Formats: sequence, C-alpha cells, structure tokens
Amino acid sequence: MKALLTATVATAALLAGQAGAKVLTVTPGGDAQEKIQTALLDAKPGDTVMIAAGRYELTDGLSLDVAGVTVKGAGPAATILSFDGQKSSGEGFLITSNRVTVRDLGVENCKGDGIKSKGVDQITFKNLRVEWTAGPKSTNGAYGVYPVASTNVLIDQVVVKGASDAGIYVGQSKNIVVKNSEAQFNVAGIEIENSMNADVHDNLATHNAGGILVFDLPNLPQMGGHSTRVFHNRVIQNDTQNFAKKGAIVGDVPTGTGVMVMANRDIHVFDNEIDQNQTAAVMIVSYTQAYDDLTYNPLPRDIAVHDNRIGKNGWAPQFPGGDVIAKAMGGTIPPVVWDGVTNFTPKGMSGPVAVRVHFTDGPVANLHFSAPGNVFSAKPQVTPTIDDGAIAEPKAVVLPKAQAAL
Amino acid sequence: MRTLLAALAAVLCLGAAPAPLICGPVNQAALMSATPAPTLSTYRLFTDEDAVHPNARVTPYALNTPLFSDYAEKSRFLYLPPGTHATYRPTGALDLPVGATLVKTFAYPFDLRRPGEKVRLIETRLLIHRRSGWVALTYVWNDDRTEARLKRAGARLQVSFIDVHGQSRQVDYHVPNQNQCKECHALSGRIAPIGVKARNLNGDFAYPDGRENQLVHWTRTGLLIGAPTPDKAPRTAVWDDPREPLAARARAYLDGNCGHCHNPRGEASNTGLFLNLEEARPVKFGVGKRPVAAGKGSGELETDLVPGRPDASIIAYRMASTEPGVMMPELGRSVVHDEGLVLVRDYIAKMQAR
Repeated sequence: MKALLTATVATAALLAGQAGAKVLTVTPGGDAQEKIQTALLDAKPGDTVMIAAGRYELTDGLSLDVAGVTVKGAGPAATILSFDGQKSSGEGFLITSNRVTVRDLGVENCKGDGIKSKGVDQITFKNLRVEWTAGPKSTNGAYGVYPVASTNVLIDQVVVKGASDAGIYVGQSKNIVVKNSEAQFNVAGIEIENSMNADVHDNLATHNAGGILVFDLPNLPQMGGHSTRVFHNRVIQNDTQNFAKKGAIVGDVPTGTGVMVMANRDIHVFDNEIDQNQTAAVMIVSYTQAYDDLTYNPLPRDIAVHDNRIGKNGWAPQFPGGDVIAKAMGGTIPPVVWDGVTNFTPKGMSGPVAVRVHFTDGPVANLHFSAPGNVFSAKPQVTPTIDDGAIAEPKAVVLPKAQAAL
Repeated sequence: MRTLLAALAAVLCLGAAPAPLICGPVNQAALMSATPAPTLSTYRLFTDEDAVHPNARVTPYALNTPLFSDYAEKSRFLYLPPGTHATYRPTGALDLPVGATLVKTFAYPFDLRRPGEKVRLIETRLLIHRRSGWVALTYVWNDDRTEARLKRAGARLQVSFIDVHGQSRQVDYHVPNQNQCKECHALSGRIAPIGVKARNLNGDFAYPDGRENQLVHWTRTGLLIGAPTPDKAPRTAVWDDPREPLAARARAYLDGNCGHCHNPRGEASNTGLFLNLEEARPVKFGVGKRPVAAGKGSGELETDLVPGRPDASIIAYRMASTEPGVMMPELGRSVVHDEGLVLVRDYIAKMQAR
C-alpha cells in the first residue's frame, strides 16, 4: 500500500511538473522533413511531438536537442519514418538532449544508423521498430538503436531487423536496461560495448549471426566495461551468415554464436534459453587485435555462466580451425568455450590481474591459449565445469523512477 | 508604401557609400532577442540588401584552411558590439564577448574560374553569442538576392555551376537544420565557434587599404587584445599552398574538415578518432586504429590510416564517398572534394610505415 501511495504521488508530481506541456501533432502529407523537424525544433521541455499514423518520406536526418521531450507515434507499424530517400546524416534520428523518450513508431531503411543518442542522460527507446526491409545486407546501416556515451538507458519492446552491425547497440554508456526486445537478422542481435552496469533480460535474439555480445574495446574514451547481467533471454537459432563488412569488429563474430563475451569483467550469463546456435552457446574470449593502449585489459575476467537452459549448439563451428577443435572434442563444441588466457599483466603492475571464472553449465572447453587469439597454442581440454567459486553478481540496474515508470 | 520607406531610408543615409538601403548601426537588440528575426536584413549586419558591404563594426575575415562546402564560396564576417573586443587564446577559438556574431554567407559564382561574377547567394549563417551561450541560425536567400529568410528545419537546393576545370557541375545543396549546426559546432555538448582560432586567422587578408595579417589588423583596429606578433602565434597551414610542407597541409585540412567533430570534446568523441591539429598521438589520429562504429563505412578496410597505403585507409575511403552512412564528413557536402582527397591521399602515401 505504501508503495502504491508513493507511486501515485510520484505520478502526480510528474504531471504537475509538466503543467503547460503541449502536444505538437504532425500529420502525413506535404514536406515531411520540414514538418517533423520543425516540430522537433519547436518542442519545449515537457512537450510531446505526436507523429500521427502514416508514412513519412524523409530526405535527411532528423534531430532533437530539447530536453524532456517525448516523440511518439501511433505504433511501430502505423507511424513509419522512411529513410529510403535519405541524402545525408550518419543516422535517421539523432538525439542530443536529456530525458527524451522515443516510442511507438517504426523507422525504415536509414542509410547509416537508425536512432542514435549521444552524450545524454535518461534516454528511452520504447515500443519501436527499426528495420532494413530488404533483409540482411552489408549495405544496410550499422546500428538500429544506438545510445552512445549516455547514462540511464532504457530499451524496452524494441524490434530491430537487418542491421549490418548490431541491432540493439549500447556503447560507452552507464546504467542500462535492455528488455522485452527482439533482434533478428542483424549481424549482432544485442551488443553492450565498453559499458558499465547493464541488465539485458527477457529479450529474443534469433536469426542473427551472433545473439548477444558483451564487448570491451581499446582506444576509446570509455574503456573497462564491467558489471553486465544477461539473463532470462531467448538466444535461439542465430543462423544468418555474418554479413558485416570487414573492419567492423562484429565481422569477426562466427555465424551461429549464442552469447559472446570479449574482454570485460563481472559479466554474468544465467537463466537464458540458448539453443540451435551452430558455433557455440557461450564463448568467452580475449580481444585479439593489436592495440596501442596501455590502460586496456584485453582479458575477460570474473565471468559467470550458470543455470542456463542450453539446447543443441556447436555442431558446426564457424571459426577458423573450429572443425578440428570440434573433432577433438567428440564432434561438437561444448556449451561454454573459453580461450583460457589468464596471464595478462597491465603496465605498471608486478603480476597478472586475477582471472576468475564460474562456468557451471558444462561441459566447458578451455582452449588454453597462451595469448589472446593464439590458435596455434591451443591445448583444448574439456571438463564438466570450471569453477573458481561463486562470483558476486552485479546489483540490479536501477533507473530513475520517472524513467523506469515509462 | 514600401518604396516610399526605402526612398526615405536612402535619403536619411545620404552620404554613405554606396547608396545603401539599410542604414543605422547593427541591430544589437535583434541579435540578442530570444526570438530570431524572420529576415537577415533585420539585423543590419550589411548596408546593402544583398549582404556584400558590411556595416560598421562588421569585419571580413578568412581562414587559412576552411571547411569544404560543396565548392561554395564563403565570405565571413565578425561583428563585435561597440566597446568590446576579442581576447587572444593560443588554442581554441578566440574569446569573444557576449553580442559577438559570426556571419558566413555561402554563394556560388556561375563559373568558379570567375569568382564574384553572376553570384547566386545560397544562405547566410549566424552564430550569435547570447548571454545563455552561442545560438546558430541560418537564412536562405531568395533568387532575386533581395531577402534571406530564416530557415530552421533545413532545406535542399539544386545548384549548378562551372568548376575550375570548366566542367558543369550539379550540387544537391543541403542547408542544415538548426540542430545540425550544433552537430559540428558542439564542444562538450554546447555550441561553440570553430573557425575563429588564432592559428587559423594567422594569415593575410586583402583589406580595402591593402593586405595585412589578420591578427595584426585586428589588434591595430582594437578588435583583438592580447595577441603576440604573428611569428609568435600558432599558425594553421594553408591546405592548398604547395610551398608549405605536405604533412602540415594535410593535418590542417583534416583539422578543418574533420576535427570539429573528431576531437575529445566533439560530436564524434565516442569514436576515439581525433583529427584536430593538436592531436599528436598517432593511434588517436588513425594510425593503426581499428574502427568502432563505422559499420559499412569501413568499406572492407580494417584500419583508419595505414601509413604508405591510402587505398587501405578508411579515412581516404570515406572522403571519397558520397553515400550517406559512408561519406565523411556526414554533413556539409554532397560531392567529393577532389583536391582535398588528393592532398590527404598524398599525405598518407608519403607517411613512413612504423
């Protein structure tokens, strides 16, 4: 009861705070670019830009730079922002202001990324469809929804199809929830990169090349990704041939990967259904490329994989030498594959940083690489589990109340 | 009625040359008003209606190495309110007082080989320093060159001209929307001037009374305080002056065309690729650096800049593209800057492999 009262008061306060808020309605017809962009410029904090049902043909990127604005459509199949004729901008819709919600609309065929937020706080993507309608193609845009360098990120009920990099991508951000969403026919379904504190749960990743990725890369303003929980997702039949252009790091993700963790620390993968991924259910690997960044740690450490429902995976691994390794392991790749690199000493430290793992969804293959990516040094060993003991799970991500209530 | 007013204005301004239609000082109140004026002439930044002759306290200037804008000719002016001045800074834009306004007109002569003749005015952009910060506005010209009207949501204009090789060219010219001004002009998320850095102003300008170094001229006329003599001030190379070292010209070009976003506080900070002139760490300006969020922009290449190999360098690949999602810069051009691309490719080709 007390919780209910608090919630009611919070809602009332929220409404009071938006006294005088306007709804700016945009309807189809005429110059869609000018009409929508003008509404996005005219909106004041608290306002809603309502884009009525219909198809809107855009010629350039749209952008929003006013805090506290909601951009709302009549549903992901009803309000369609089409970027088929886009002539410039790196994305369809760019958001550079705080406390923005984009919801209930569809975005199609952006020439670059779909919807991007850069450097903002409290960004919410809700009930959206971002799609490249001609199916997976390397010429499609890179990311579907793309919050970067942002804090308090909520992605809820978002469907992304056809992205040539990651469908749902969160980069260099903090405090992140990705839930109830669906990624299909992308190179990577969902990717959390160089980010801190993320909960990725109750999503479906299917028919991508890789289902869910948690990566940390060097030479970026924010590095040292940590504390991500991937749980209660369905990571099923990721079987689209990797169609990324070379150069993109996801181009290295083998087709048929369920969950992949690269570098990072404190990543927990549990209670997921992982099935029908031909390369492997879960891969835990180091960053293998050369880099020039003394502060970067390329090893995954303090990683837990437990209590997942793991079906048939790993019957035809798509990484170099995978067939040989599979043969050595009796024909299939075990549910959890770890490159086994543990000996990284960061500059200025006297010995290696401790690497602890808790892999209880066995069997587990430890490839015992001597160094990141050193395939030739592999001494694969399969054991029922590899367990350095329980590893404390990161705390649940808590978003600001108003945002969590959306 | 309008004719009568114009005639009256002409009489009141009698004596000023050349017979202007707009008289009185720059309309400071209009510049400072939170509501932008619907037409450019309201501000009285120019004394003629087609924005050729600057009003008092409006000073023309040029940059050693400017941004490429689809071959448009750009004229730049700085307005400083009475009693104010700019203050020298060795790095970054000059410190400009509240009220200062940067003015940039984009135009195409009919034939690029005959600058100043049969010029089509496209747009005039303002960057106004209000108390609350810098504000970006753009005004699009009518075909008669008599009026430029505020355009907040951007526009596309078809422009044709004859290029320096005598070839007829068509450009799908993009007037940016108000937010897109900020995409390039953002520094830590706030709008800021880009061009008016001491190093980029440290060169000669052809003033009506003769050529003079701009820092010297501004100091002599009281527009600027604190500047050292030009030889003691930093200087951006002139990108197309073959007498200057290749690397300095190429880095100046990358600074002017990429560095406004690709710097640690710019819109592209998340890429970790920093092309501003101050960046000295090779990996940060692309040497051996793998792309992060380039997507199809990588063009099947794995490294931003490979010394000795322009064809293997993503920077050159993206400069050579006109496909949205691939081309860089993302905004401000729709055609390839052939001469800029040649310069950067040449620079990469002659870089020593590490």
